[in-house]
Amino acid sequence: MDVFLWGVLPYLTAAIFFGGLWYRYRYDQFGWTTRSSQLYESKILRIASPMFHYALFVVLGGHLVGLFIPKNWTDAVGISQEMYHLTALSLGMVAGVATLLGIGMLIYRRRTTGPVFMATTKNDKAMYLVLVGALVLGMWATLTGDHTATGEHHNYRETVSVWFRSLFIFQPKIAAMAASTIQFKIHILVAFLLFASMPFTRLVHAFTVPLHFFFRPYMIYRSRPKSVESTHTHGRGWDKIGTPDRQKKGDDVYKP
Amino acid sequence: MRVMAQVAMVMNLDKCIGCHTCSVTCKQAWTNRAGTEYVWFNNVETRPGQGYPRRYEDQEKWKGGWVRTATGGLRLRSGGRFQKLLSIFASPVQPKLDDYYEPWTYDYENLVSAPLSDDFPVARPKSLITGEDTKIEWSANWDDSLGGTAETLANDPILQKLRKDSAEQIKLEYEKSFMFFLPRICEHCLNPSCMAACPSGAIYKRAEDGIVLVDQDKCRGWRQCITGCPYKKMYFNHRSGKAEKCHFCYPRIEVGLPTVCSETCVGRLRYIGIILYDADAVTKAAAVKDEQKLYEAQLDIMLDPHDPEVIAAAKLGDIPDEWIEAAQKSPVYALIKHFKVALPLHPEYRTMPMVWYIPPLSPVVDLLREQGHDAEAPGNLFGAIDALRIPVEYLAELFTAGDADIVTLVLQKLAAMRSYMRGVTLRNERDESLAEAVGMTGKAMEQMYRLLAIAKYDERYVIPPAHRDQAHNLEEMGCSLEEEGGPGMGGSGPFGEASGGPVPVAIESFNALRDRATADTAASSESLRDRTGDTNWDGN
Repeated sequence: MDVFLWGVLPYLTAAIFFGGLWYRYRYDQFGWTTRSSQLYESKILRIASPMFHYALFVVLGGHLVGLFIPKNWTDAVGISQEMYHLTALSLGMVAGVATLLGIGMLIYRRRTTGPVFMATTKNDKAMYLVLVGALVLGMWATLTGDHTATGEHHNYRETVSVWFRSLFIFQPKIAAMAASTIQFKIHILVAFLLFASMPFTRLVHAFTVPLHFFFRPYMIYRSRPKSVESTHTHGRGWDKIGTPDRQKKGDDVYKP
Repeated sequence: MRVMAQVAMVMNLDKCIGCHTCSVTCKQAWTNRAGTEYVWFNNVETRPGQGYPRRYEDQEKWKGGWVRTATGGLRLRSGGRFQKLLSIFASPVQPKLDDYYEPWTYDYENLVSAPLSDDFPVARPKSLITGEDTKIEWSANWDDSLGGTAETLANDPILQKLRKDSAEQIKLEYEKSFMFFLPRICEHCLNPSCMAACPSGAIYKRAEDGIVLVDQDKCRGWRQCITGCPYKKMYFNHRSGKAEKCHFCYPRIEVGLPTVCSETCVGRLRYIGIILYDADAVTKAAAVKDEQKLYEAQLDIMLDPHDPEVIAAAKLGDIPDEWIEAAQKSPVYALIKHFKVALPLHPEYRTMPMVWYIPPLSPVVDLLREQGHDAEAPGNLFGAIDALRIPVEYLAELFTAGDADIVTLVLQKLAAMRSYMRGVTLRNERDESLAEAVGMTGKAMEQMYRLLAIAKYDERYVIPPAHRDQAHNLEEMGCSLEEEGGPGMGGSGPFGEASGGPVPVAIESFNALRDRATADTAASSESLRDRTGDTNWDGN
C-alpha cells in the first residue's frame, strides 16, 4: 500500500498533471482563461481575490522552502529547529488564514451573487472542494501534525521533505513518508488530487502568468495567417467551454 | 520611413440621423451571442450625453489611453507593466455591468402560452444575465435624442469640463439647444493602448491593413485591455471569458466589401479607404507635448500616396500595387488630409485613432434657423459659427483636444461649401470669394461637395481585396466548432439563439455566405449552427 501511495501515485499524478497541461495547451487554447466574474460583482472580488492570491504565493513559497531545503542546511547556517518552526508556523498561519479568508469570501460571493453562481460550473464546484480541502488539511497538518498518534515527536522535514526530494531522483524513500503522520498523509493525497485535476479546471490560468509582459514590446504587428485553420485549437473534450446557460430550475428549454 | 497601410473610416456627422441601423446590423452580425448581450461593437450616442458605457470619457475615473511622461515618453494612464501585473487579480477600474447596462429580453412565450384569463398576458422583461424578472433602467442609448437629459445631462464629462473651464455659467437650457449623434466603433488606433495593456500579448495589429484584433486563443481574460482602451470599445465576453472587439468586419474587408455598419448606413455617411502612414514616426507623434498639436502630428505621419518617394518606400515594405492605387483613390485620405475636414475623436488620448469624423454643422444651422435666420446665407453662417461658442467648443473638446480654431475652420469650410453650392444650384454662379475665404478654390469646393453629398458606393468605399494568391484561404473552412463537445453543440437556450452555448466569433467569409445564399437547396441545420447572425439567413 505504501509503495503505491508514495512510490507510484506521485508519478501518476505528475504524469496526469504534465500530460493534461500539454493536452490542454495543445487542444484548448480558447478555453484557457481565468473566466473572470468581475463584470457581475467587483466589490468583494476587489478585496478577496488579491488577498487569496497573494496569500497563496506566500503559502507556495513556504512549501518550496519546507520541501526543498534540507534540514541539515538550515542547521549548518545556525538556524535552530525551534526558530525555524516558529517562523514557519507564524508566517504559514498568517498566510494560511488569509488564504482561507480570501477563498471563503470568494465562495461566499460566488454563492450569494446570482449571476456569479449561475456562471459556476460543476467543474468549478468540484475544484473548490478539492482546493479548500487541500488548504484546510494543510493547516490541520501544520497545527497537529508534529506528534504521531503514539505521542512521539514528528518533524515533517525529516519525513515528508526527505521523501519529496527523493522523488526527483526517481528513488522514492517510501519509508520516510510512511513514517509521517496521518494528517500529512491525507493532506498530500488531497494535494495529489488537486494537481491531477488542475489541468482540467480553470486553475490552469496559473500556468500562463503573463510574465513575458515585462519583455514584450508594447506594439504587436502580426501578418494575416496564410492558413486560417492552423491557428485553431479544437477544444477540450471533458466539458463545454464557457459557463452554462442561464436557466432556473424547472425552466423548459424550447425545442422545436 | 517604414510605410504601412491602414484601413480607416470617416463619418460625416451632419448626415447621421441617429437611426441606429448600423448598431443593429452590427449586433445581428457579430454580437448576437451568449456572453455579448450587452456588447455593441458599434453604438450611436447622442451628444451632449453620457455615452456608452456611461461617462467613458472621464479618464480620471476610467484610466484609459496614454499620458506623456516628464521625459517625453508615453506611459499607460492605468500604470506601468509592473503595476499592472501586481493588480491583475482584480482589475482596479473595470466598468461594471451597470456602467454598460443589464441586457434583457422579453418573455414572449407567455403571450401564447398563458392560460385563458380576463387579463391580457404580458411579456415581462427578463434579464439576460440572471434570467429573472428585471426592471429596465438604462441601455446603450437610454438618453437618445436628449431623452431624460434633465436628469442626466449634467453627467456628460465634456459638459462638465467645459463648465469648469468657462468663466460664465452655461445654462442647462442652452446646452439642450443643440444635439447631434456620434456613431462609434473601435478606432483601430495606430498606437493602441488596449494592445499595450494586454499582459498576454493577445491583441495585435494586422500588418497588412492595420485592423486591431484579439487572438481568441491567446487571450486569458486578464481584462487589462478594457481599462486600457479610452474609448471603452474593448468588451469582456462573460460567458467565454475572453475579450472581444469590433474587428472592422475583416472577413468582408478582405474580399473588398465595406463593414456591415457602413454597408447598411441609411445616411450613407461612412467612408472607408486606405491610409499610408509612417509606422516609425507613430510613437514620436503620439508623444507631442501640446495636446492640441496631436491632430497636426497625426496628419504629419499620414503619407501622400502620390509622392514617388512614398510609393517607392511602400513597395519596399511589400505593400501591393493595388493597395497603393487604392490609397491614391482613398476618400478617407481626401477628407482627412487633403480637404482637412475630418477630425480624430479625442486625440488627447494619444492612441492615434483611425476612425475620423466630419464635425456637424447642423447644430449651428439648426440654432440659426430656429432664430428665424436664413441658415444657408454665407454671412449668417460664418457669423453664427463665431458667435455660437458652445456647440463649437463642445465639438472642439471631442475632436481637437479643445482647440476651437480648428473646428471653426472646418465648420467654415462646410458652411462655405453650402453657400457656394447654393449659388451654383440657384443662380448658376460660382462665387470664388466664398472658397477663398476658407483657403480653398471653387474647383476643390465642388470636388469636396461631390465626395460629401453625392459619392456613390464605389467612391465611398475604396477597399482593395486581400492578395490574390491568398484568396483560396478565404473560403470557409471546416469549422472546428462542430465537433462533438465543441461549443457549437450548445443549441438554443431558453431565450432563443442568443442565450445558447457560447460560440466564439465564427469566421465565415463572404464567399461562403454567397455560396449558401445562392445554393439550390436549403442549408442544413448543421451548417446553420455556427452562423453568426441573421445577416446570413438564407430564407430557410
